Amino acid sequence: MSTNHALEGVGTWLDDRLHGARGVRVLLRKVFPDHWTFLLGEIALYSFIILLLTGTFLTLFFQPSMGTVVYHGSYTNLDGVSMSRAYASTLNISFDVRGGLLMRQIHHWAADLFMAAIMAHMIRIFFTGAYRKPREVNWLIGITLFTLGLLEGLFGYSLPDDLLSGAGLRILEGVLQSIPIVGTYVAFFLFGGPFPGSDIIPRMYMLHVLLIPGLILALVTAHLFIMVFQKHTQMPGKGRTNTNVVGQPMYPYFMAKTGAFFFFTFGILALAGAFAQINPIWLYGPYNAVAMSAGSQPDFYMGMLEGALRVFPAWQWVVFGHTFAFNVFIPALLPLGALFTGAAFWPFIEQWVTGDKLEHHVNDRPRNAPTRTAIGVAVITLYGVLWAEGANDILANHFDISLYLTTEIARVAWIVAPIIAYILTKRICLGLQRKDVHLLEHGVETGIIRQLPSGEFIEETRPVDEESRAILESRPHYQGLPRGAGAGPEESQEGVPAPGMRGAIGKARERLYNVITESVPLPANGHGNGHAIEGNGHGDQPSAVVPSGSGQSGAGPDDGPPGQP
Amino acid sequence: MSWITARRRHPAAGYAILLLGLLLVGAVYASVVGGGTAASAAPPAAADEAQITAGRTIFLQDCATCHGFAAQGQSGVAPSLIGVGSAAVDFQVSTGRMPLKDSGAEASRKPPQLNTAQTHAVAAYIAALGGGPAIPSAAEVNTSGADVGLGQKLFVTNCAQCHNFVGAGGALTYGKYAPPLTKSTPTQMYEAMLTGPEAMPVFNNTTITPDQKRAIIAYVTKTRVQANPGGFSLGRIGPVTEGLVAFLGLLLFMVLAALWITAKHGKTSHE
Amino acid sequence: MSDTNDHGHPGDHGQPGESARGDDLMADLAAAGQPGEHEGQPDGPQARRRVIGTPAPAAGRTMLAEEPAAGGAPRELPADPENLESAKRAERIVAACFVLAMLAGLGFIAAYVIFQVHTVNNTLHSNLALGTTMGVAFLAMGVGATIWVRRLMPDVEVSEERHPLASTPENKAAFAQTFEEGAQTSQFVKRPLIRRTLIAATVPVAVAPIVLLRDMGPLPEKSLDHTVWKKGTRLVVYGTNRPLTPADFSTPGSSLSVIPEGYAENDNALAKAATTLIKFRPGQLRAPTVMNWTVNDIVAYSKICTHLGCPAALYEQTTHHILCPCHQSTFDAARGAQVLFGPATRPLPQLPLTTNAQGFLVAQSDYHEPVGPSFWERS
Repeated sequence: MSTNHALEGVGTWLDDRLHGARGVRVLLRKVFPDHWTFLLGEIALYSFIILLLTGTFLTLFFQPSMGTVVYHGSYTNLDGVSMSRAYASTLNISFDVRGGLLMRQIHHWAADLFMAAIMAHMIRIFFTGAYRKPREVNWLIGITLFTLGLLEGLFGYSLPDDLLSGAGLRILEGVLQSIPIVGTYVAFFLFGGPFPGSDIIPRMYMLHVLLIPGLILALVTAHLFIMVFQKHTQMPGKGRTNTNVVGQPMYPYFMAKTGAFFFFTFGILALAGAFAQINPIWLYGPYNAVAMSAGSQPDFYMGMLEGALRVFPAWQWVVFGHTFAFNVFIPALLPLGALFTGAAFWPFIEQWVTGDKLEHHVNDRPRNAPTRTAIGVAVITLYGVLWAEGANDILANHFDISLYLTTEIARVAWIVAPIIAYILTKRICLGLQRKDVHLLEHGVETGIIRQLPSGEFIEETRPVDEESRAILESRPHYQGLPRGAGAGPEESQEGVPAPGMRGAIGKARERLYNVITESVPLPANGHGNGHAIEGNGHGDQPSAVVPSGSGQSGAGPDDGPPGQP
Repeated sequence: MSWITARRRHPAAGYAILLLGLLLVGAVYASVVGGGTAASAAPPAAADEAQITAGRTIFLQDCATCHGFAAQGQSGVAPSLIGVGSAAVDFQVSTGRMPLKDSGAEASRKPPQLNTAQTHAVAAYIAALGGGPAIPSAAEVNTSGADVGLGQKLFVTNCAQCHNFVGAGGALTYGKYAPPLTKSTPTQMYEAMLTGPEAMPVFNNTTITPDQKRAIIAYVTKTRVQANPGGFSLGRIGPVTEGLVAFLGLLLFMVLAALWITAKHGKTSHE
Repeated sequence: MSDTNDHGHPGDHGQPGESARGDDLMADLAAAGQPGEHEGQPDGPQARRRVIGTPAPAAGRTMLAEEPAAGGAPRELPADPENLESAKRAERIVAACFVLAMLAGLGFIAAYVIFQVHTVNNTLHSNLALGTTMGVAFLAMGVGATIWVRRLMPDVEVSEERHPLASTPENKAAFAQTFEEGAQTSQFVKRPLIRRTLIAATVPVAVAPIVLLRDMGPLPEKSLDHTVWKKGTRLVVYGTNRPLTPADFSTPGSSLSVIPEGYAENDNALAKAATTLIKFRPGQLRAPTVMNWTVNDIVAYSKICTHLGCPAALYEQTTHHILCPCHQSTFDAARGAQVLFGPATRPLPQLPLTTNAQGFLVAQSDYHEPVGPSFWERS
């Protein structure tokens, strides 16, 4: 196949200097597996790029200054009102710069989509177990990106210095102030004095435009690099093993698809910017320390924090002339802090509980990890309860629920709802597993009814086709917990427990192992004896220490005891 | 007809039925829900005896059962109307809140039961009983020349905490709510500030002068008819609806796009 | 990266430019390959490197030769899709999409020139025009590209081998050796004096950036304990700056936002000094409201919520509750603004009121306790 002379010329020129031919060829032939859930991260990536582009446009016109100015611009409703330069310049962008309002709206919608996509992506990674070895580093990078995105969004929507976001800053200052010992100092240092001061907008501007985007850019690059280097995970299926990647090559397939996806992202954001008004700061008015509006909420990704602040009862402790404002710093720090810390530690906790040291490149179907899925749904439920509580006055007004009742419900639901969600989800997962086992054992119903000579009607079934069989049979493989020395064949002889299995912690580990690996076992016709890993391919990864013998402590896929709560 | 039945098993048939059902329900609902209130017409001429007598008749028919035959009120049922003034009566009756239809946490706006002449008659009667703030004149609610910027400042400091930035309404306690101001006439707004209906505080004319009231009214009326340059307003209640759109609109669209991009081709997916 | 994924061959397969044709392919591969490189694959010149698991039984699937073949080797990807008729139709659709995108892009430029802003309505039209053209342009490109991939590119499923991520023991040993040798040669391990003084040298410099942040703000000291209210400061209506007499504020059920006179433009002061004035009927105000601080049943409470500092201004005349719209802290205005519900822990401080010689409402003094959210030093 002949290539264009010009391309050859450029390519040779570059290659003479940068030695790219083999490396770039490897990249071009890289195989990307094809599942729609693998595109969720790309939504975040492309939203970020759009944020950078639209944000750069906005920086050409925005003035990050809290100096006051009396407005006499195009938005006549606020004529004669004194406001900060930041707010006035935002009005200017909206009403006096062509395309300014569009860029503002696309920017804000992209920020919302960025955070929503990160959440969806993170949830997908969790439920398919894609955070397991070797992807723990990427998981941690992802959580860091989530946190940075939260802060970036908070600072971004606070820059215009309008009434709504200014109230949010006031709440931020109150939260900082409440921190024991150092709170007032931190608050005064951040704001350059008492609230509101004149420093917070320029400082947030620096963070929002320079520092945090730089960090995000660096981390996103690392995130993608690691993903490309380790190769993407794949969904279970025929021909998909733990040692291959099946899909389509980067060039030209994946490039075209991801390019199309970028255009979809930009396109829908542009349409949102055209048709859906967002952050209409001219309606909120400039920030005013004496004013407040009903139904004030932060952007949705801060909603959980807002709900936590609303739901918490009035607890404080005044001792020896000092106040522990539990009612503030506990809801501000604990729920989100626990969520991120728990998420960060989860891969390692799971690894410790299951003793799983293998690499995992084939995703789990969520139903095949019932406890993990149930825990994930429970956490999402908790998040959702607090999130809804953050909008409780809007919900009370629009659905005619008494205002205090919403808070009282949330005070109970934050504990009860996740528990119910856990139980329900686990049962549903086990039920789905039973359905899969039933399909494997009895085959697929064909809808063909046959009458036997005895007169009985039966429905013919056919065995599951190979592609579906591969999916149905894919199960996470647990190697079991380490066994100690001198453990004999008889039940009574336990020997010395292995390190990590000793004492109360060791017992707890074993009990947790049983819970986490609880599963409906596959039918015993020749599968799941501990040899096949994911899918029906062959070849173990040589990287892990696999305990010898098939007698494994705790449950393997064959003998997981169903029916445990 | 056979055209429809021949396609009853079409993959899109279910969606078509659902869409049709939704449209039907929507149409029925829209035709059944009542329209807005009648705007208050020109304020009344000075009350005369005939008007007061007519007002008394209407009062005895429609109001006395709760408010008492001498408008003295009944504890736990209805407040005394002595001294509330014609402004309060005009507000309550022209917005349809009175006569009260059902006793909930708060009287809500509904199509008024009495027409303008009747309303003014009752108002004149109540005013005659005990005085109180009068229905504002047309000049008093004329917002031309009002300082909208001042109105914004006053509104956002004294009104927005219940009614929201632009008067889209908000929740109060125990099922009460501050109603949206989308349907209130300038006269009704003036009267509400003056008389403090139900849970609303009172802003009399020495607190917020008539000029300042006009500024507030100007701000509210101008803002509520103002176009939304960014597109659909999403209710003008802030980030809650924006977040809904982000998830149910944007993210959902992207998921659908992802499903399309990665879908197996029709031929090969039905093996 | 290229080492692990490209089987670590430093040499080249096949010559650039001049290409060995099909016959020499096997020889090339045999010559270049190293046995045992790929697990589970037979060695020797007959070994075709590459295979995947069993492919799905659909037409148009192909197996990808992973080893870089010399130029002129068999195709790795099929050249054309199977159904050329459908491809032709698809091509027209894709072209139409791209043409639409081009037109929309031109429309965007035209809309920018045509639609002016500077009023709300004009901004609406401009925003709609610009946003719609931009959205259509991008979406059309997206749709076109998607149909291109799905219908014009041949159906392909390929696979690639994964390789152990852990380095080989040889590489790990070599790395360890290099590292250790370097550590030895650098004398770092052998000379603890250097080591320790190095660390001692870097610590202050590392701490310096934190020290530099000290001047970001003043120390709070006692500033949170006071507001700008003083004895004799007149209460004025926020927004109009009118002072008030008790007669002005005489209708029971009235509520108003007031500020100290002279501070209307000072947001720092107002963020703590904003005050709510409420008029009650005689007999409604009760303890713990300090009656000495009221005038004619007019009481003043701090407007700054003691939970997190939002202006808590929502006053329900009928229940005499002050509700903060942020997190629904509720205060009983008739009883010293005690907390009734919600996360606030302290009642709203009461401003001591009196009248001055001219009859205007003034403060007797500052608030008797710090206003606003709790903080560590607050007792």
